[in-house]
Amino acid sequence: MDLDGTAATPMRTPTPLRSGHAAQPTADAPGAANAASAASAASAASAASAALPARGRRLRVSARSAPYVLLLPFITLFLVFGLFPLLFSLVLAFQSWEPTSGLGAMHYVGLANFAFALTDEWFWKSMFNTLWLAVAGGVPQHLVAIPLACFIHAGFQRARNLVLGAYFVPYITSTVAVAIVFTLLYSTDYGLVNAVIGAMAKWPVVGALLPQQAIDWLNDPDTLKPAIAVLVFWRFVGFNIVLYLAGLQAIPKDLYEAATIDGAGPLQQFLHITLPGLRPMILFGVTLSVVGGLQLFEEPFILTPDGRGGSDQAGMTAAVYLYRMAFDFNDFGAASAMSWLLFVAVGAITWAIHRWIGRGLR
Amino acid sequence: MPLLPAAHPPSPSLRRRDALLLPGALALGSPALATGPVRTLTVAAFPAIDQIVRGAIPAWQARHPQIELKVVSRRASDHHVAMTTALSSQSNLPDLFAVEADYVGRFSLGSGLEDLRRAPFGIEALRPRLVPFALAQATNPRGEIVSVPTDIGPGTLLYRTDLLARAKLTEPDLVTTWDGYIEAGRRIKAATGAYLLAHARDIKDILIRAGVTPGDGIYFGRDNSVRVNTPHYARTFELARTVRRAGLDAKVGSWSSDWSEGFRRGGIATQMMGAWLAGHLNNWLAPGTRGQWRAAQLPEGAYAAYGGTFYAIPRASNPATKALAWELATMLTTDRTLQLAAFRQHDAFPAAVETYTDPFFEQPIPFLGGQPARTVWREAAQRITAPTMHKQDRFAEEVINTELDKVLLRGKDIPSALGDAERLLKQRAKR
Repeated sequence: MDLDGTAATPMRTPTPLRSGHAAQPTADAPGAANAASAASAASAASAASAALPARGRRLRVSARSAPYVLLLPFITLFLVFGLFPLLFSLVLAFQSWEPTSGLGAMHYVGLANFAFALTDEWFWKSMFNTLWLAVAGGVPQHLVAIPLACFIHAGFQRARNLVLGAYFVPYITSTVAVAIVFTLLYSTDYGLVNAVIGAMAKWPVVGALLPQQAIDWLNDPDTLKPAIAVLVFWRFVGFNIVLYLAGLQAIPKDLYEAATIDGAGPLQQFLHITLPGLRPMILFGVTLSVVGGLQLFEEPFILTPDGRGGSDQAGMTAAVYLYRMAFDFNDFGAASAMSWLLFVAVGAITWAIHRWIGRGLR
Repeated sequence: MPLLPAAHPPSPSLRRRDALLLPGALALGSPALATGPVRTLTVAAFPAIDQIVRGAIPAWQARHPQIELKVVSRRASDHHVAMTTALSSQSNLPDLFAVEADYVGRFSLGSGLEDLRRAPFGIEALRPRLVPFALAQATNPRGEIVSVPTDIGPGTLLYRTDLLARAKLTEPDLVTTWDGYIEAGRRIKAATGAYLLAHARDIKDILIRAGVTPGDGIYFGRDNSVRVNTPHYARTFELARTVRRAGLDAKVGSWSSDWSEGFRRGGIATQMMGAWLAGHLNNWLAPGTRGQWRAAQLPEGAYAAYGGTFYAIPRASNPATKALAWELATMLTTDRTLQLAAFRQHDAFPAAVETYTDPFFEQPIPFLGGQPARTVWREAAQRITAPTMHKQDRFAEEVINTELDKVLLRGKDIPSALGDAERLLKQRAKR
């Protein structure tokens, strides 16, 4: 990443941004926000060290304030799009508000929104759906990604990046395109999935296990959840493979050599070297899956007609429900209260997982 | 992110600190700053209303050559979210904006829109010129009329005359009673293999609207009572279940790809919806089926509205433009020429009753095999009763759809389904 391009500060800064510090690679961390903050931090550090009194005179930015000036773009965006909505939703959680009447129409209702959320059947239903999908969509990701990463790590030389890229493509594909393709795949009468199942149902042995009628994937509440879980799995398994491949590269080769000399087979090596070696990465990957899974929104939103969460709200996750509470049912107060309850749940579950997987990691 | 909008260069004497505050001031204080004569009138709309408003620009320019008409266009869903945001933050408000019928209830319940009965608006003077049910739709429970209807969606039953002929049926077989409609469906299925309708839910959607007594809502009565556990709802659910058990519905939701595919392949024999659907079928849904469709009134004398568009004026918009915005709204909704032009070009069925005498209504529609179907829809438009809106209508709709799903998919019995719906709605009615 070229730092000259990223230093979009409002001040003209003739500081030597191309100094030794800043030329360091800024870690190919996923996510633009991480990269941007890493870049700002690096450039801020270099500017601070470079802005010596003699040269800094022309800048009118003291060495003390330079880091803050350079951080300004990020902080501005964070305040506007990060902190403000957060605080606003916290305020809203204690208000009753008819939004089209303007901000003046808010009035304080204390904990009534929280009380309503906790007694609302549909909130619990959506929480259950969320947990179901987080487990069904999340666990297989890791169960598949770890062996697959080992296989790609060991089995591919030249084609490795190509294979990896193929698995990673779903992660970066536009949601709208995904929605269209998967809706077509899952179509009851004209979809490819049912066409394949229909063809296989005519086979002698396998056929007996398969339904003879077309499955109404997206309208039947019993099949909607698996359909969403498959989409979630498909989208994120590649991301986890990348994570685990990075983790595998960090495991020293000599451990495997020593194990081979000691007569350990491939399975033993996997169980006693690879898995323990991957544990920090597993903790990281599982944490991301938990946080992402509990906030699951896009996949059910795009697969269900009008983003309503499907028949019998089978695909209505907590995030979809609180979105609908606000923008469909016009109850911003209860929606905000629910979003904070969801936040507490995400925090608690993440903490529990850290206690479980992360035990003794430090 | 530029700190200063390019269109407003700060004067040289402006200090940096002030410059930083300027964009905020511009965004928040537009009505306060616009003290000069009005030069533009902003209208926010969605397709195809945006094109209808643009089409009215020449007529507007003839009246007000010095005032430019600016149309801000967004996708329908984005438009309504943008208007909600603009109303809640009271910033970036247009002078006039279009509201789709589904959203009229939500926007009218708050206090963000002008009551058009007051000066300088005076919608009461337009009352005889607008179709009554649409004006009733625009009236909120406090009696304020917060929007003015421009187009309406009289409900109609579109059916495939070729499939009916193959099953040796005629139109009266379909529309006399609901039981007859379902019986006709059985014969269509036997003779042609086609489904009677897209989804059993469609029957429910009409019947719950058709059964509304004046002054009540679809789900809630005028005294905030929940009125879903009634014999009428029970019959509605039973009819839907009969359709499903007989395998007469294609189980596809409206606007899904299976839905349009069903029309194209002749797999769906009838569809109950707003009259405008004929235009959509002709233009893009199933142009290949031209000449095979006909339009009828809904079965058993049911009349219901599907969609429609209204114009509203935000209470917090620039006071200097309000009278002009109202003039434009009046022009768009009652000008005979403009209303008919929108009908001709965009299938926007007029809300202005003066247009109903136009010979255009008697003209044959090629897509409907030359049937002068607009007369059917004109009759329906004058017979619809508008249900009173309730804050929780959207939620109630979801609850009823869910309970119907449980009846259709999981064999839940109807009394307990309606009992559960009633319980959920009672909990919400108080919020």
